[in-house]
Amino acid sequence: MSTGSINAKEEEHAHHHKETFITKYVFSQDHKMIAKQYLITGLFMGFIGIAMSLLFRLQLAWPEKPFGIFEILLGKWAPDGVMDPNVYLALVTIHGTIMVFFVLTAGLSGTFSNLLIPLQIGARDMASGFLNMVSFWLFFVSCTLMLSSLFVEAGPAAAGWTVYPPLSALPQAQPGSGTGMTLWLVSMAIFIASSLLGSLNYVVTVINLRTKGMTMTRLPLTIWAFFVTAIIGIVSFPVLLSAALLLIMDRSFGTSFFLSDIFIQGEVLHYQGGSPVLYEHLFWFLGHPEVYIVLLPALGITSEVLATNARKPIFGYRAMIASILAIAFLSTIVWGHHMFISGMNPFLGSVFTFTTLLIAIPSAVKAFNYITTLWKGNLQLNPAMLFSIGLVSTFISGGLTGIILGDSTLDINVHDTYFVVAHFHLVMGISALYGLFAGVYHWFPKMFGRMMNKNLGYIHFWVTAICAYGVFFPMHFIGMAGLPRRYYTNTNFPYFDDLANINVVITVFALIAGAAQIVFLYNFIHSMFYGKETEQNPWQSNTLEWTAPIEHFHGNWHGKIPHVHRWAYDYSKPGHDEDFIPQNIPLKEGEEELQH
Amino acid sequence: MTIFLTLILLILVTVSIWQVTKILELSQPKVQSSQIADDSDNQTQGKLMFAFLIFVYGLTIFSFWMWGDVLLPNAASDHGSEYDNLMWATFSVIFFVQTITQALLHYFSYKYRGEKSRKAFFYADNDVLEAIWTIIPTIVLAVLILFGLYTWNDVMFVEENEDALMVELYAQQFNWKARYGGEDNVLGDANVRFLQDFDGKNLVGIDATDPNGLDDIIVQELHLPVGKEIIFKMRSQDVLHSAYMPHFRAQMNCVPGMITEFAFTPIRTTEQMRMDPDIISKVRKINEIRKVNSVELIANGEEALEPYIFDYLLLCNKVCGASHYNMQMKIIVETEQEFNKWIKNQQTFAQFVQ
Repeated sequence: MSTGSINAKEEEHAHHHKETFITKYVFSQDHKMIAKQYLITGLFMGFIGIAMSLLFRLQLAWPEKPFGIFEILLGKWAPDGVMDPNVYLALVTIHGTIMVFFVLTAGLSGTFSNLLIPLQIGARDMASGFLNMVSFWLFFVSCTLMLSSLFVEAGPAAAGWTVYPPLSALPQAQPGSGTGMTLWLVSMAIFIASSLLGSLNYVVTVINLRTKGMTMTRLPLTIWAFFVTAIIGIVSFPVLLSAALLLIMDRSFGTSFFLSDIFIQGEVLHYQGGSPVLYEHLFWFLGHPEVYIVLLPALGITSEVLATNARKPIFGYRAMIASILAIAFLSTIVWGHHMFISGMNPFLGSVFTFTTLLIAIPSAVKAFNYITTLWKGNLQLNPAMLFSIGLVSTFISGGLTGIILGDSTLDINVHDTYFVVAHFHLVMGISALYGLFAGVYHWFPKMFGRMMNKNLGYIHFWVTAICAYGVFFPMHFIGMAGLPRRYYTNTNFPYFDDLANINVVITVFALIAGAAQIVFLYNFIHSMFYGKETEQNPWQSNTLEWTAPIEHFHGNWHGKIPHVHRWAYDYSKPGHDEDFIPQNIPLKEGEEELQH
Repeated sequence: MTIFLTLILLILVTVSIWQVTKILELSQPKVQSSQIADDSDNQTQGKLMFAFLIFVYGLTIFSFWMWGDVLLPNAASDHGSEYDNLMWATFSVIFFVQTITQALLHYFSYKYRGEKSRKAFFYADNDVLEAIWTIIPTIVLAVLILFGLYTWNDVMFVEENEDALMVELYAQQFNWKARYGGEDNVLGDANVRFLQDFDGKNLVGIDATDPNGLDDIIVQELHLPVGKEIIFKMRSQDVLHSAYMPHFRAQMNCVPGMITEFAFTPIRTTEQMRMDPDIISKVRKINEIRKVNSVELIANGEEALEPYIFDYLLLCNKVCGASHYNMQMKIIVETEQEFNKWIKNQQTFAQFVQ
């Protein structure tokens, strides 16, 4: 298995075709270039998504106050600089969509799965370079469509990122449910196609193209995470595609999958017999696994970065794999916890509470294992390491409140309040973003052959870390006070007047956090061209990507692909002078291979 | 002008970042221009990690001290105290785990900050430890699950009974209506297809051929008798809405095409709630804020804000369109006598459409 047919011609494969500008930089089939394309597109989308959140944070802190920036950016949707309620909902919707799908799914998993799977398992490229290229360009098209929806007459989709019908199905219900919603659905359908092509490629590559000696139990945890993520994606994304297609049918062809008994704007509509609850089931059958599609790659990156920088094996390697598999399995049978009060049978609520709280067990195991990995380590506190430690911190803080939301009873009163917003931003938003940043700082030398500036990295981390808690910790209080999310303003409820100053605090932290990302952007672009040139293995890491030459060429290694003789975590192993032993170094005579 | 200022600001920020890096680079010895953390970085960053732990704890304490009073007051429904107990039990567990794990994480990051002269301890596995931290969360979660499911069954399984008052909550963009069963306490059949009957006066689409519906009463303000079980039937005529009554720990989505339900017994009247010390201090605080805001409004030649009096709220908690943020209904909980007196003065459906 491990020496697949593509790698059989190991020697000559490396330099067999000439590359033009187009095939090298645009329609490239090289996984490293595709990874960079994903990263840069993802970061671009990320900055748009973050900028949107800053706009609606301004509105929430100083409701209905005019801001010059609204007039400039929103134009007719902010008459006299005051944001329109429809635009508020549109910004919230597109912010959610962009961050969840375009940044944290494609930007994170797309970048690092592409970059690391072939390099870390010892393969020349993905199983299908062509499909990989198609996958990126479909992603690019879906980004373009999503952004173009910002410019349609009645505005982009505004029904929340979950786009529940009937709100999303009926143009009469809100302006955003017209052309904007059509573009949203088409963009998502293309996105799903892109994601499926990518995922299939990852799975096939990991199964078939591992180099000699790279058994499944010697794979770095990054690869395990990407592999399992891809499987979850293949299982659940098609269901979202079906939901999107059925919604398109309801919207444009008069079917009634999700609609029934509707009276709107003085008119009884013909829809009969459908149910919005069906849509909720289909949506969350992807929607919940999606959380892990976002989070698992970040956890995989963290495992790798923590072990490398702690100069210590990851604690409980097999338990980590087991917990990834357990999380993946459970993630597909918990979707109903988003629907405890949707009107479905309360008995189902009991079942979903049970399965949901079970997920806390493998998650707890992961958190404890990370902490133990740090214990008695020799921590090299590089920016990537700080972001990984930060990830563990927010993963715990955000994960714990999941025990409240996953409990059907407690969910009754905090469902759809700011408590939920605080919870999922910490546990999947911030955690996954930290994973993305950790990955960028750690593998930047591999991608661009240069180092990022560490001091700017430190500034970036500390400002972001303080602001992330500053934004989302107080949000729990607003939620526990009973304030629903997706409210344009809460000034219509004098009861919530005492929340106004908390909202100001949150917005100030959010603005500072936004500014800190400019530091990152500067560091990223500047280092790409003027950064210090890197050594081949700057972090003294064990994994195979650091045995490949710094310069990029299609095929990754000159000559033979290295063979693997040990797991990826032989750091500070007694009996060796160096505190790291790359995977391609054969065992010394009498050395025992750990079977953890 | 604003564009210009924003541009200048962005340029200044970029220049200052550039300058700060230059200074940081120059302040370090020439040989160490490496971008990999060295011992002095590890020292600084390790200490900052410990400082961050203090920040996390500090933020927690500060938030509770500063904003602890915005949390919802004690529940005003009979299942609410059960709910609150479960909430605080869960919260204690969460706080305990959060405090310990954050401490360990950041303390280890500080304690084991790297030094060139040291080597890490090769420690890859320990089955006993892993068994412990698999089994303990399992037991704690099992307890929480059982406690939770017990409460859930108690709250959610609605049994129809003669003593309970039947109330329909009817949602539409962007307001609420409530319908009572009237004399017979039975809600008449209804469907959106009947909404246009009687020149649009059939506000919630009652089927006029169903005799049970004729004595139904439709109102814009929800009155509830204290101490009596209320069975709510939720409907929506257009998009998804959610009937959220935070003080009663009650929420249920309103779904077009189906009837959802939720039941609770209010245990404190609006008057009693207004006498609650927590509510009194909250209302005082809100009114101080409103006074300050009014000064500004008056200065701009606008009207001052009215002083706030506490009332129970029904809010929409499922995004439903532009005015989602203002879809609300007042709830008044009163004694059974007051309630009966009030409901006698309301028009029945039959009277209203005449």
